[in-house]
Amino acid sequence: MVIRELSGLILTRGPKLCNFVEWKGYKVVYRRYASLYFCMGIDADDNELEILEIIHHFVEILDRYFGSVCELDLIFNFHKAYYILDEILIAGELQESSKKTVARLIAAQDSLVETAQEQANSISNMIAQATK
Amino acid sequence: MGSQGGWGQSKEFLDLVKSIGEARSKAEEDRIILREIETLKRRIAEPDVPRRKMKEYLIRLVYVEMLGHDASFGYIHAVKMTHDDSLLLKRTGYLAVTLFLNEDHDLIILIVNTIQKDLRSDNYLVVCAALTAVCKLINEETIPAVLPQVVELLGHSKEAVRKKAVLALHRFYQRAPNSVSHLISNFRKRLCDNDPGVMGATLCPLFDLIKEDINSYKDLVVSFVSILKQVAERRLPKTYDYHQMPAPFIQIKLLKILALLGSGDKQASGHMYTVLGDIFRKVEPSSNIGNAVLYECICCVSSIYPSPKLLETAVDATSRFLKSDSHNLKYMGIDALGRLIKINPDIAEEHQLAVIDCLEDPDDTLKRKTFELLYKMTKSSNVEVIVDRMIDYMISINDNHYKTEIASRCVELAEQFAPSNQWFIQVFEHAGDLVNVRVAHNLMRLIAEGFGEDDEGADSQLRSSAVDSYLRILGEPKLPSVFLQVICWVLGEYGTADGKYSASYIIGKLCDVAEAHSTDDTVKCQSLIDELSASHSTDLQQRAYELQALLGLDSQAVESVMPLDASCEDIEIDKNLSFLDNFVIQSIEKGARPYIPENERSGMFNIGNFRSQYQHEASSHSLRFEAYELPKPSPPPTVAQVAFPLPTTDLVQVPEQTYPRETNQTSNLPSATDASSADFGVKLRLEGVQRKWGRPTYSSPSASSSSSTQKTANGATHLDGGGTASSQTRDSFHDSRRQQAEVSAEKQKLAASLFGASTAKSEKRQPSTHKTPKGISTSTEKPAVKGAISSSEPPKEKTLPSSPPPDLLDLGEPTPASIPSMDPFKHLEGLLGPTSAPSAIDHSSAAGPKAPDLMALYTDASPAGVSSSSLNPALADIYTVNKNSHETANVAAMKKGPNFQDSLQKDATARQVGVTPTGNNPNLFRDLLG
Repeated sequence: MVIRELSGLILTRGPKLCNFVEWKGYKVVYRRYASLYFCMGIDADDNELEILEIIHHFVEILDRYFGSVCELDLIFNFHKAYYILDEILIAGELQESSKKTVARLIAAQDSLVETAQEQANSISNMIAQATK
Repeated sequence: MGSQGGWGQSKEFLDLVKSIGEARSKAEEDRIILREIETLKRRIAEPDVPRRKMKEYLIRLVYVEMLGHDASFGYIHAVKMTHDDSLLLKRTGYLAVTLFLNEDHDLIILIVNTIQKDLRSDNYLVVCAALTAVCKLINEETIPAVLPQVVELLGHSKEAVRKKAVLALHRFYQRAPNSVSHLISNFRKRLCDNDPGVMGATLCPLFDLIKEDINSYKDLVVSFVSILKQVAERRLPKTYDYHQMPAPFIQIKLLKILALLGSGDKQASGHMYTVLGDIFRKVEPSSNIGNAVLYECICCVSSIYPSPKLLETAVDATSRFLKSDSHNLKYMGIDALGRLIKINPDIAEEHQLAVIDCLEDPDDTLKRKTFELLYKMTKSSNVEVIVDRMIDYMISINDNHYKTEIASRCVELAEQFAPSNQWFIQVFEHAGDLVNVRVAHNLMRLIAEGFGEDDEGADSQLRSSAVDSYLRILGEPKLPSVFLQVICWVLGEYGTADGKYSASYIIGKLCDVAEAHSTDDTVKCQSLIDELSASHSTDLQQRAYELQALLGLDSQAVESVMPLDASCEDIEIDKNLSFLDNFVIQSIEKGARPYIPENERSGMFNIGNFRSQYQHEASSHSLRFEAYELPKPSPPPTVAQVAFPLPTTDLVQVPEQTYPRETNQTSNLPSATDASSADFGVKLRLEGVQRKWGRPTYSSPSASSSSSTQKTANGATHLDGGGTASSQTRDSFHDSRRQQAEVSAEKQKLAASLFGASTAKSEKRQPSTHKTPKGISTSTEKPAVKGAISSSEPPKEKTLPSSPPPDLLDLGEPTPASIPSMDPFKHLEGLLGPTSAPSAIDHSSAAGPKAPDLMALYTDASPAGVSSSSLNPALADIYTVNKNSHETANVAAMKKGPNFQDSLQKDATARQVGVTPTGNNPNLFRDLLG
């Protein structure tokens, strides 16, 4: 419902207008990347330009993570995008403004995941071989 | 994994996503998802689902839920997955849980235990995952269960954990401030953390805490200032740089905190002056993030104890914002201006034209922000203009939320400044159902009591204008009930007071109303009928009140009407009336007589059935109405008299001419509430003119030094382009040029009325020639434009601009008929748009060295025109992507060039898997650069 109304509102805005919309007493900052829109609802006293840059910060990190990110990356890896977002924003506040730190953390998680996977794989392989 | 296209998911899932992407309708999408839900339900219920499989199912569930369907059947599996030992699965579980559940969900209690366990984990990544979940899931009740552990984690060796722990505590504070009130010292400690990330995160809770209680944190001012200083001096690690700015997000947060702490505190503010000045100097105003910091500095400067020097800098920065072409910056500029004028109201005057440009901008957001600014700078001298504007805007929008807001603002201003009152009535007319009842009472009191200090004449003028407008409004089909009550009351009270309308006319109107809204008034009327045994039963309570007053005056049967009195009390008019007896008597004396002929005319009615009575009477009245309305369009007095079917004129002491005169006025100014004030009429037309011209962005003074050359370039451009265009277009172009000059004069006028004395001298000037605006210092670029144009145009066309209508007001009359109404750039667009792309290229290459300027102009007005040119790197405004021009991949503007090869490869992979990318070019960065 919210999304439908907001997207109706935002999509109709021309490219030269400002990236802020007031909607039912809320402020929404949006930023467009190709055919993707990133929107953030913010407080009345937030700095809109800062929010725009936070969005861009997020996109830059996504870009770094996926290696020149594209829409398909996000469509198929939406859960990873969520993980990354969790490292950047928590409880509505910017958690980490260093791209490197975020990247390092996510890489750590991923590598751990991968080693865990490898272990799991090798274990299951062993089991498979043993039971053969 | 290669077989899965490199995304780590099964073919099945990829197919699902793909099919959704290709779905042509919402219905189709729903069908696919419903099928998917069925599949998932079946699969999940199977015994011994492998865990990796289950993970994918969960992700698919998330997907289902993302598309708005219910996946609650799988929640429990997500919860189960959080118990898993493998971090991969645990994270998926947590992710799914945080996305599925809100903080009051029953299942949360099942997770708390897991979270507790994970917070104790040796693996810091597990702890991080748990802390993330804590931030999202822990509600007020469960805070105590994890609080001690989270506090403990503040001392964790890994900075990532400390950071998340701080933010988790912040979250607790947001949820339940009391739960962490004893832990505030911890935040202070974390401020000194070695890791800048932790320190930055600590600023968030501190900001909230300081907002609550400023005085307990005054001691931190020095620390904050020194941190800010270090940040600004690039003492933080390079990784915190963002677009060449040292840790801008931390700077912004610090500036916010300093603004709080320095507010009204001279000593604390004193500490900040130096560092603020430094930041102002160091900030890179070309980047967006630089402007964000700059804006925050302005906010800070305007909040702390004022320093003249810093204020000056802030004003400079603000004017840069306002003069910018970017709407975002204009928006911020307007906001900043609103803050600065609190300190020094004179600042606004320098920027009046920019403000007016914003006010007339087609961008709604900008417009609203500007109204906010106007609201802040309202004084008694400009209140009328501002509220006129507000009302106009209010009428034009249909967003109820904002309508209410703006209406209440209008009313607030009305109460504050109590100006002409006309628009008080008007506000009510357009937002009657949105403003609250109290306002209605105020309005009635206002009409009844008048200004107080003013003479009786002004009061009656107000009243008669109220009557005029209400009579007009009454015809509208739907009226808010509060407003209707006011209308009826006013009409009843003053309908005949100034002698313009006959009482029977008024009664007729009221009867119509009664007929249309006969729900609750009928009862009240019945007693009246009984009382008077006459058939004017359709009066509303207000009318009844008059009768009651009459009876009261006759000191007869007062008791019998007492219930009526009560019915009137609910709109609180009794008090007013006690001192209005004169009027009451007057109106009744006028009003009472027509009753009888009316009743006689409709004498066939009896008291018995007054439902039918209503109908009959209504019909007779409406008949009479038609006759009444006739004279309005053509107002010669004789006609009016002929058209009068009723011999009312002899009953009412009305000079015959007054009626036609009145209709004359109403027909001239159908939208004006106030027909009597000539002043108002002028303003109204003025507004019409401005609206007519629509988007005035071209006249925003962009960096005044360069603007004249730019415009000159534009003139030349036009000549180039004009070669292909017909001379007719050229004429109209020119025409609009001239009109532009007029508009600017209009703007001056508006500016003068908004901003007061400083431009008063310009007000008097009639824009008889195009040179006119020269007198005003703030718009010197206008004459420059003119000069450029006329010097580069053939003499034949030169004559055109010199023959504008001599009077501004004349422009108000020829409304839609003569609307070229577009600004010159639009004309340019018109010239370029339809012509094919190659011509545009020729065009720009012909312009030669001027090309960059030219492009800047094009982007200004006509995105369509840009499409074929790859000339201008400055064009690549990253987030306002121009779809038309995305073939021009402009890598240079990116800070971090994306790997083209890479994306192509990715695209290829995508196709291999059988996924058709949704756009022409799936690469975000490439697209956005175009």
